[in-house]
Amino acid sequence: MYSFPILTTMILVPLAASLLILLFGNARMTALAGTLTNFVLAVILWMNFDNNTAAFQFTENLSIFGTAFSYHLGIDGIAMLLIVLSAFLMPLCILASWESIEKRLNEYMIAFLVMEALMIGVFSSLDIILFYVFFEAGLIPMYLIIGVWGGARRIYASFKFFLYTLLGSVLMLLAMLYMISKSGTTSIPELMEYKFAAHTQMWLWLAFFASFAVKMPMWPVHTWLPDAHVEAPTAGSVVLAGVLLKMGGYGFLRFSLPMFPQASHDLVWIIFGLSMVAVIYTSLVALVQQDMKKLIAYSSVAHMAFVTIGLFTFNQQGIQGSILQMLSHGIVSGALFLCVGVVYDRMHTREIAAYGGLVNRMPAYALVFMIFTMASVGLPGTSGFVGEFLVLLGAYHASTWVSFVAAIGVILGAAYMLWLYWRVIFGALTKDSLKTITDLSLREKVIFAPLIAVVFWMGIYPASFLKPLDKPVAKLVQQTRIGGAR
Amino acid sequence: MIQTIVFLPLLAAIIAGLFGRALGVRFSQLITTGAVGIAALLSWIIFTQFLSGTTPYTVTISNWITSGSLSLNWALKVDTLTAVMLVVVNSVSSLVHLYSIGYMSEDPHQQRFFSYLSLFTFAMLMLVTADNLVQMFFGWEGVGLASYLLIGFWYYKPSANAAALKAFVVNRVGDFGYSLGIFAIFLVFGSVQFSVIFANAPHMAGKSFEFLGLHVDIMTAICLLLFVGAMGKSAQLGLHTWLPDAMEGPTPVSALIHAATMVTAGVFMLARCSPLFEQAPAALDVVCVVGALTAFFAATVGTSQTDIKRVIAYSTCSQLGYMFFALGVGAYGAAIFHLFTHAFFKALLFLGAGSVIHAMHHEQDMRHYGALRKSIPITFITMLIGTIAITGVPPFAGFYSKDTILEAAFMAHSQVGYFAYGLGAIAATLTSFYSWRLMFLTFFGEARWATSKHIQHAVHDDHHGHDAHDGTAGYHPHESPWVMLIPLILLAIGAAAAGFVFHTHFVGEARAEFWRAAIHPTKHDVLNDIEGIPLFWKWLPTAGMVFGLLMALNSYIWNRAVPKQFTDTFSMMYKFFLNKWYFDELYSVLFIKPALWLGRLFWSADKNIIDGVGPDGVAALVQLTAKRSKLIQTGYVYHYAFATLIGVIALLSWAWPHAGKAIGN
Repeated sequence: MYSFPILTTMILVPLAASLLILLFGNARMTALAGTLTNFVLAVILWMNFDNNTAAFQFTENLSIFGTAFSYHLGIDGIAMLLIVLSAFLMPLCILASWESIEKRLNEYMIAFLVMEALMIGVFSSLDIILFYVFFEAGLIPMYLIIGVWGGARRIYASFKFFLYTLLGSVLMLLAMLYMISKSGTTSIPELMEYKFAAHTQMWLWLAFFASFAVKMPMWPVHTWLPDAHVEAPTAGSVVLAGVLLKMGGYGFLRFSLPMFPQASHDLVWIIFGLSMVAVIYTSLVALVQQDMKKLIAYSSVAHMAFVTIGLFTFNQQGIQGSILQMLSHGIVSGALFLCVGVVYDRMHTREIAAYGGLVNRMPAYALVFMIFTMASVGLPGTSGFVGEFLVLLGAYHASTWVSFVAAIGVILGAAYMLWLYWRVIFGALTKDSLKTITDLSLREKVIFAPLIAVVFWMGIYPASFLKPLDKPVAKLVQQTRIGGAR
Repeated sequence: MIQTIVFLPLLAAIIAGLFGRALGVRFSQLITTGAVGIAALLSWIIFTQFLSGTTPYTVTISNWITSGSLSLNWALKVDTLTAVMLVVVNSVSSLVHLYSIGYMSEDPHQQRFFSYLSLFTFAMLMLVTADNLVQMFFGWEGVGLASYLLIGFWYYKPSANAAALKAFVVNRVGDFGYSLGIFAIFLVFGSVQFSVIFANAPHMAGKSFEFLGLHVDIMTAICLLLFVGAMGKSAQLGLHTWLPDAMEGPTPVSALIHAATMVTAGVFMLARCSPLFEQAPAALDVVCVVGALTAFFAATVGTSQTDIKRVIAYSTCSQLGYMFFALGVGAYGAAIFHLFTHAFFKALLFLGAGSVIHAMHHEQDMRHYGALRKSIPITFITMLIGTIAITGVPPFAGFYSKDTILEAAFMAHSQVGYFAYGLGAIAATLTSFYSWRLMFLTFFGEARWATSKHIQHAVHDDHHGHDAHDGTAGYHPHESPWVMLIPLILLAIGAAAAGFVFHTHFVGEARAEFWRAAIHPTKHDVLNDIEGIPLFWKWLPTAGMVFGLLMALNSYIWNRAVPKQFTDTFSMMYKFFLNKWYFDELYSVLFIKPALWLGRLFWSADKNIIDGVGPDGVAALVQLTAKRSKLIQTGYVYHYAFATLIGVIALLSWAWPHAGKAIGN
């Protein structure tokens, strides 16, 4: 299996599918087939993955770009799980868009396929220039998905999204160029070994931070996210929450922590400070939202703040917890956006006040929504718990204050999610517009079933996900300790 | 066997929940009731094994979470404490299942109801069999979920939804403390496994660590954090506000979850963690004081409520207070004994109240009851037994457990012990008063049914009986069906006999062999001393109980003008009690309103400040710059030429020295 270039194949399959759509149309089936093929490949990838090493696996290295940079791919456990997550969500996104997209269907499916290729590229790049290309190119399909297939204020939202993320990336590019000229290599594994001087580390760290903080997004550069989510079509929100936001966390893991350990320790107060503000601030804002998608978007910011806290605890539990939290958030908030999509497709509104009493006509939907609500509030036995618990446990080692403040967010999380659930699902069904609303269709059930299964799998037997992370995270903890203050 | 006990209810819950609609109501009832019934029988077998001295054991099921040095399993730990809880949980649960077949027979969503009940039972069993703090947390949150779902079971009632949300969120506040406790324990002990932390607890006594920038005693901090969790789940003063509202759920739920089992989880947790609390005397004092205050507070409120379920809810809250101050003085066995007996008589009282409500066509206000003893005699007699048991008449169950607690508090010879004894004795008097008040208002006097809207509806629907003018409105309450009465009778037997039969094991001579390592006061066992209590102090609570009964008789049988006179005279105090000491109002002002206000404030900050300075500001700035720079584009050549010249000079003057240096090198 090692000789077979599976990562390249996974990048090429969606591109090939796009080409087929361009040539022959039949967008839905082709896109589904392409993403499903990639999912099968992802499963094969996982099954052949060696949990007992921190080294990069399935590596490919071609010097097709001359001396400037190389086509260098490879994954560790962290990247592997994020690739599996992307490949898992994509077919569901295609299915979710099956009926709701009416205009420019071919282009829409192509945008998703190209995005999948780029996402897999981001998570498997071992060359810093290659990474940058994938990282930035990933913006474009998302920009188009929001700008073309989005809601009423889509232009504003897509520009905001683009400006924010691009602005951050410019600084990162400068930092990357400096690193290359200083070290003379574009290889990520080699850069991890290269020791930058302490004061240089600080500037480089800040430049990368500018990019990743926007992507996460961290407070106060989070305001693009609610707008982007609200305007994006359902599947766009799923990918945005499920995969794109993970690029920020992945960036911290791949660059900031191992390459600038000293700066990470010195500047940890920025991360902790902003994350603590984010947890409380965005949770309170989520409490007063009137738009379902905005509420979930704000809850995403709060959840991602847990991720940043965990990453910078510099210990095994905190970092593993945050990766698990990323995976879980990808599944759960993706699923919650799909839940909103279900009723949006029927009623064409996301106003919470327009709903109420849905359980009367949609019992299956009520159950599905309840499961994801509980996963979102971190009920033990669901995926949401394990990550959150490990993050807080790790944070407690780093600072009791951080753990204390973040744990308050867990209380608020329960308040805004259950209040949302109450207003949408419970109550008597009094609104005339809802009297004929129909329960989940078979297609929708097919979409939710695997998501539910994963939510419980990660909650009850998270070992499957923690094992591949063991070695890479242990190595990372080691790397951050070498140059670090402790 | 233990696996069967724990997972059978889960299996039944899944089958009834997912396939209930296809399989039918009767099937769902039978499978859930049967599963929990089997679990109950097996639990009694395990319990008798422990009565005769079986060795505790642990069954590991699988790994759960492993990360670095943290490693924990799904495992079922069985010792005496677990065995007691198994019996309590499964016995009450199976009887409540059975009772619900009758009580819920007209509800259209019975499959869902029975599924939730069994799911609750499973979560509670996971809680009591946990061998580590995190699995206990799983059960802890699981019962919270089931409670939330069952309080809000009648989802079309806004009050039920509000109560469900409140229960979940207030419990989350408790869980906040509990989880911080877990983190602190892991930091200190490097494990969350009971066996490890209990073994190492003595080494940590008196040591301190940093918490929120303060240097605090490790064991005290850990125990207080865990206690915050217990306060939430067991509705202790401060975090009790959800429990009375939880009465919005169907009555069988109140009996099972909000009286006999879930709300005692906090007591169980503290008893389980007694090796930790033994090392934290300051924390035990806090537990004692909070428990005593709760016992007193809830009893005062209980005297003023008119809703039959709310009276019993406050009674539960008060009795939980007794259990906590028993823990606080180190009488762990007595606390669990009261938990055990309380489960019988309080489940009995709730199910009895359900039977009354059933008979009175959903009317819950005792002001519209009266004279019911003749119409529903079996309910009356069983509730009478429950009342005798809770008020502590010898030799019924409450007498053994409650008096042991009060004696232990007195014989602790500590300030907090005397404090608890004092408030406990007053609360015992009030308990007697409100319990008998409930009985007299419900079953004695003349019928006051005609004033009830529910009864009026019922009579109106029947189209007969309009001619009655005697307060009955022509309504004929019927005794509940046998499926509801059998649980009442069985629980009544328990309420009558549980104290007498088991007190030697729980708190008497046989307690050392019975509890073994499950609960063992390491320092000084206060239960050794209770024989030495002076007779006056021993019998004072009993005298208070008689006094409470006489007060109730005087107020509700002999001279019914008394309550009115009393509330008129002490109207301030009455209002204070009636409004539950204004806790809800206080919390609304302190937490809920500020949270929403801050939320709106921050949201507008997002729109106005962050976006205003950020993207929107940048966009505006670009537009402004564009406008300004348009002015520079004058079109005159000499303007441009001048600008170019300045640019060239500036460039040269900057570049020249640099270029020189480059050449020089």
